[in-house]
Amino acid sequence: MTETPRRLIESVWLPACLSLALAICVVGVQLVGSESLRVTLTEMLIRLSIVVGIYIFIGNSGIISFGQIGFMCIGAYATAWATCDPTWKQIMLQGLPDFLREHTYPFPIPIALASSLSAAVAFLFGYTVLRLSGIGASIATFAFLVVVNNVYSNWTSVTGATSSIVGIPSLGGPWAALAFSCLAIVVASVFQHSHFGLMLRASRDDEIAAKASAVDVLKVRLVAFVFSAFLIGAGGSLYAQFLGILTPDMFYMSLTFITLAMLVVGGIGSLTGAVAGTVVVTLIIESLRALENGIFLAGEKFALPQGSQEIGLGIAMALILIFRPQGLVGGFELSPPLRLLERLRLRLGAPAQQSHDLVSRGD
Amino acid sequence: MIGFVQNIVDALSLGSIYALAALGIGLLFGILRLINFAHGDFITIGAFALIVPSRNETAVMGIGSLPFIIMVPAVCAIVVIAALMSDRLVFRPLRRASSPTLMVASFSVGYLIQNSILVIFGARPKGIDLWSALGKQIAVGPLRVPQLELVTIGVTLLLMLALSAFLKKTPYGMQIRAAAEDFQMARYLGVKANSAIGVAFALSGILAAAVSLLYISQTGTLTNVLGVPLMLYAFIATVIGGMGSLVGAVVGGFTVGFLAVMLQAYLPDDLRSFRDAFVFGAVVLVLLVRPAGIIPTRALAQRV
Repeated sequence: MTETPRRLIESVWLPACLSLALAICVVGVQLVGSESLRVTLTEMLIRLSIVVGIYIFIGNSGIISFGQIGFMCIGAYATAWATCDPTWKQIMLQGLPDFLREHTYPFPIPIALASSLSAAVAFLFGYTVLRLSGIGASIATFAFLVVVNNVYSNWTSVTGATSSIVGIPSLGGPWAALAFSCLAIVVASVFQHSHFGLMLRASRDDEIAAKASAVDVLKVRLVAFVFSAFLIGAGGSLYAQFLGILTPDMFYMSLTFITLAMLVVGGIGSLTGAVAGTVVVTLIIESLRALENGIFLAGEKFALPQGSQEIGLGIAMALILIFRPQGLVGGFELSPPLRLLERLRLRLGAPAQQSHDLVSRGD
Repeated sequence: MIGFVQNIVDALSLGSIYALAALGIGLLFGILRLINFAHGDFITIGAFALIVPSRNETAVMGIGSLPFIIMVPAVCAIVVIAALMSDRLVFRPLRRASSPTLMVASFSVGYLIQNSILVIFGARPKGIDLWSALGKQIAVGPLRVPQLELVTIGVTLLLMLALSAFLKKTPYGMQIRAAAEDFQMARYLGVKANSAIGVAFALSGILAAAVSLLYISQTGTLTNVLGVPLMLYAFIATVIGGMGSLVGAVVGGFTVGFLAVMLQAYLPDDLRSFRDAFVFGAVVLVLLVRPAGIIPTRALAQRV
């Protein structure tokens, strides 16, 4: 097998496996599931696309960013601007420019607007702060989150301040969310196998060595930051269309905590970890929620007291971190079973010499 | 002119609270490289300790109605116990974990505390009345200063002196300083890691308790998230002051307090509601000009 198909298989295998697993979940839920399960699944898939978006920056650069949910806020509000009823906007959001206030736009324009606005903000912000060292950059992104929340909570004529934005048209159920989260996974995988991704990972593992090898650390970080904001902005747009209602405080500390927790629980350094973490944390949250509502065991109803969902989540998170500080998958990434593929090729009558070539490369 | 002096007193008083909270965060960061997001929730525990054991809808002072001499140590003890427990149960098993893991772990400790308080005491904010006699204003020439602000500034100065005496003069304090300088070396020289860290957690608990008493006597409202905004400001204070430096934490606390009060006072009316955006924007600017903070620590500089 020559170099090109091998790299191709490697970069296609991961997103294909992850997407397939998610698709099986969706099919399963569609076949047997209730309406509430369907809603839960849709929300999980949207969150997954956010977590994957966060992973693109944090996982590859090793810099913790608290600000990515701010991009989700920007994307969600941009969607509201592009989709809400003009008569409502004329009353509530008078400060919008004409082209947004007087019109509504069909799919996919709102998503495109959301992601490009997020990406543009990310470029400007990232260009100024990503030159800071690890912890300084983390704090700056944290400040970014606070600034976004403060501005969106007070800019009455454009964001309606703290009063809710209502009436964002819905985009569709689990299938739309599935399509989008698979797209996010593909983008993340392509990025991490691209030479930008490899350089960024090099700078994560040893910044000084990477610089010495002529990696322009600021540039590769900025590329990842903008990509991440692009995806998260689109995810925010999807989230807005899923909920139909927005306030700025939805995109603040608690969502930042949940999404970062998903990433860290799964394992911060791999795409497989981002997906696994999202699924596991969602499962924990949902089963605790179900227990809170009460379950029937042998005719008796057992229910946990109100609020035990949050407490249970906190305890579960702490336990996972204590017992698996590297995350559930610990940096493991699904990789293609090359030997198996090679044996298959041989059986189908491929030249033997190349198989030798592959094995000698040490897989 | 009087208005300006008045603002300075306000800024000093607010800055004191931020500085105390920042010291609590800075102490732990110095030794553990742990950014303790749960520090704000330690402050919340201190505030709720005042109404223990009552769980009524309207707050009834429990510990808070005891005489001052007993009440203050009791509140401190409760917060210290909470801090030590969080160390023993969560942070000690994570001694070798990376800094993002520690950060998320402290986030989950905070989340746990907030929601436990929510479950125990209910979601409705409770008004309580602590030392309201201090609300009186005293006239200093043409200035009218609330006594409470002077008390806050005074208590903060006392605590800082006490803390610095503890760190400089006592064996435990010296171990903590050594550990903050170079933890590995300190351990080779016989500093017991867990006890030094335990003492640091206890100190940060005492500082959190002090903040909760001062803060509650000013605001008089209990909610399960009251510590979160304090933690935010204290957190950025430690960073712009210079992570790992205690003097830096104090300087950063006062800087943030001054920024907040002065922007509140002098921003034009229609921009005033964006004050936090300006404060946090200014933080980013400070970081860009001085990436290692106002007072950089040598221990943190990267060696190649």
